[in-house]
Amino acid sequence: MAGSPALSPSSTGWRAWLLSPEPHSRWQARLGRFYLGWRAFSRNPLAVIGLGIVLLLILVALFADVIAPYSPVAGGDLRTQRLLPPSETFWLGTDDQARDIFSRIVYGSRITLFVVVLVALIATPIGLLVGTVAGYLGGWVDTVLMRITDIFLAFPRLVLALAFVAALGPGIENAIIAIAITSWPPYARIARAETLMVRNSDFIASVKLQGASTPRIILGHVVPLCVSSLIVRVTLDMAGIILTAAGLGFLGLGAQPPMPEWGAMVATGRNYLIDQWWVAAMPGIAIFVVSLGFNLLGDGLRDVLDPKAAK
Amino acid sequence: MSRGGGHVGALRSFLKKVAQFVIVLATTLLGLVAVTFFIGRVVPIDPVIAIVGDRAPAHVYERVRQELGLDRPLIEQFVIYVKKAATGDFGNSVLTTNPVMTDIINVFPATLELATLGTIIGVIVGIPLGVLAAVKRGSLLDQFVRVLGLVGYSVPIFWLGLMGLLLFYAKLGWVAGPGRIDVTYSYLYTPVTGIVLLDTAMQGQWDAFWDAVSHVLLPACLLGYFSLAYISRMTRSFMLNELAQEYVIAARVKGLSELRVIWRHALRNAAVPLITVIALSYANLLEGSVLTETVFAWPGLGQYITNSLQNADMNAVLGGTLVIGTVFVLLNLVSDLLYRLLDPRTR
Repeated sequence: MAGSPALSPSSTGWRAWLLSPEPHSRWQARLGRFYLGWRAFSRNPLAVIGLGIVLLLILVALFADVIAPYSPVAGGDLRTQRLLPPSETFWLGTDDQARDIFSRIVYGSRITLFVVVLVALIATPIGLLVGTVAGYLGGWVDTVLMRITDIFLAFPRLVLALAFVAALGPGIENAIIAIAITSWPPYARIARAETLMVRNSDFIASVKLQGASTPRIILGHVVPLCVSSLIVRVTLDMAGIILTAAGLGFLGLGAQPPMPEWGAMVATGRNYLIDQWWVAAMPGIAIFVVSLGFNLLGDGLRDVLDPKAAK
Repeated sequence: MSRGGGHVGALRSFLKKVAQFVIVLATTLLGLVAVTFFIGRVVPIDPVIAIVGDRAPAHVYERVRQELGLDRPLIEQFVIYVKKAATGDFGNSVLTTNPVMTDIINVFPATLELATLGTIIGVIVGIPLGVLAAVKRGSLLDQFVRVLGLVGYSVPIFWLGLMGLLLFYAKLGWVAGPGRIDVTYSYLYTPVTGIVLLDTAMQGQWDAFWDAVSHVLLPACLLGYFSLAYISRMTRSFMLNELAQEYVIAARVKGLSELRVIWRHALRNAAVPLITVIALSYANLLEGSVLTETVFAWPGLGQYITNSLQNADMNAVLGGTLVIGTVFVLLNLVSDLLYRLLDPRTR
């Protein structure tokens, strides 16, 4: 390749290579698009803060055993270390089982991340499939699938999740399934709207004329075009997913003790609210910061990936 | 003749729309019932054992099973379930032994009271904030409204409620604690509407009324905050849309005062989509009440559902879920109808 980037290490050389109007390879074109997106994204300080919070969450979750000074489950001395206020030894105080709240919050980030990632992995493909199939095939398939979607949309999310958890039994896995079941309908809506916009375009017609099967058209040509607006929506939804999971945990239907789930930790702290406020306050702040991070990140991504929706 | 034909045509298209509406409503409600029926079937708890206990002899077990209709084919069970649900019969609550519908009628006014007050606060504070943010775009106030919205979308409602109790009840003593009214006042009035504020005011029990006010203040403000976070954000974006329209320039050129242009002309046009937003936020508050009611020990539908959940009382849980779902659907429908009624372009 002429003018290989390795030979021009200065930043202007890199930038020129990235912004080249005539990319030599797909990779170069993709990296160039990515760089442009990043430039727009990084101009928005709030979005960068959001990204920072989300990255911090991932790092804390990965290195929880290095960061946390104490065990999240085993408590200290119940006679002397119960319900201690924040101090140098226990940064955020201790709870009723003499466990260090900071360590529990650090380990709890794993549960939060686990919930968010799994819900996204379950709900997004369902929504994507339902939406693209409905939009592409149209007719009665569209009517039936969209009516089902509307029915699920008709339930308030938390209440439907509650009913599902009631049926499946409390526990973190069931909470994840319940939240995923209640999360996919908006994705199906978005995917359908995007599909309707592309289904009559020339390139779909040309693929069809080349003899591509319907599943191939949907999976290979329609789905990729719906992904970017779905990513925005899923990121914006993550805060809601975290809040729903925490709400289920608070009601005692999510993660079960002694798991350090943040919502359940707030519920424990409720019994000591007036005299030992830190037991309830600290995990709530963690929930707030993380969902704020996802909201800021989602707003920033929307501005970059979907300029139409930005107000 | 042709005019008459036009009338008939208009009537026919109107009837067609009504029919479409009814069909959509009916299928959605049927779908809601189907979802709760399905949830009720996947429960690992055997409803027969829940009634007779696990030591009952086989013939008792079999008889109860038949009485509950569990020996029939699933589809037949579903038809029976739908018929019962249509008449408001969700079975009896295991916990209270009353019919679930009676329980729900008893607790629903409490939820309604809270959600309505919350929405009123959200509208009264949220709309002016949104309008001002749009008019002074980029100003400090605009930033403030933005932060208010972001925090509202990110903060766990149950945690904010607890912190509110800690600050305003425990530390400052400005409001009363959890519950709807102090026990001392609770026998001074007879419940008529089930809405304590109305009942006490109508019966002239002003001491009880003010006590109820101090109880409702904090949870209502909490729900009001979540409502206003949403309403102000939407108002802002609708108003930005309207202020960019040409009629606004025309009104200004005509010499109308800025106040009149903003509050009479632009806001009135933004009001139509706002109705949908307000209805949606009202519906969301019904949902938000599940967690709020738990925090504030508010004896409403949300607390009824969570209490029943903790006691594996599936009839009550599913009945409550169905009622909230139905209210949700109806609110959406009402907002849709209002939208059509108020916006001449949709006719």
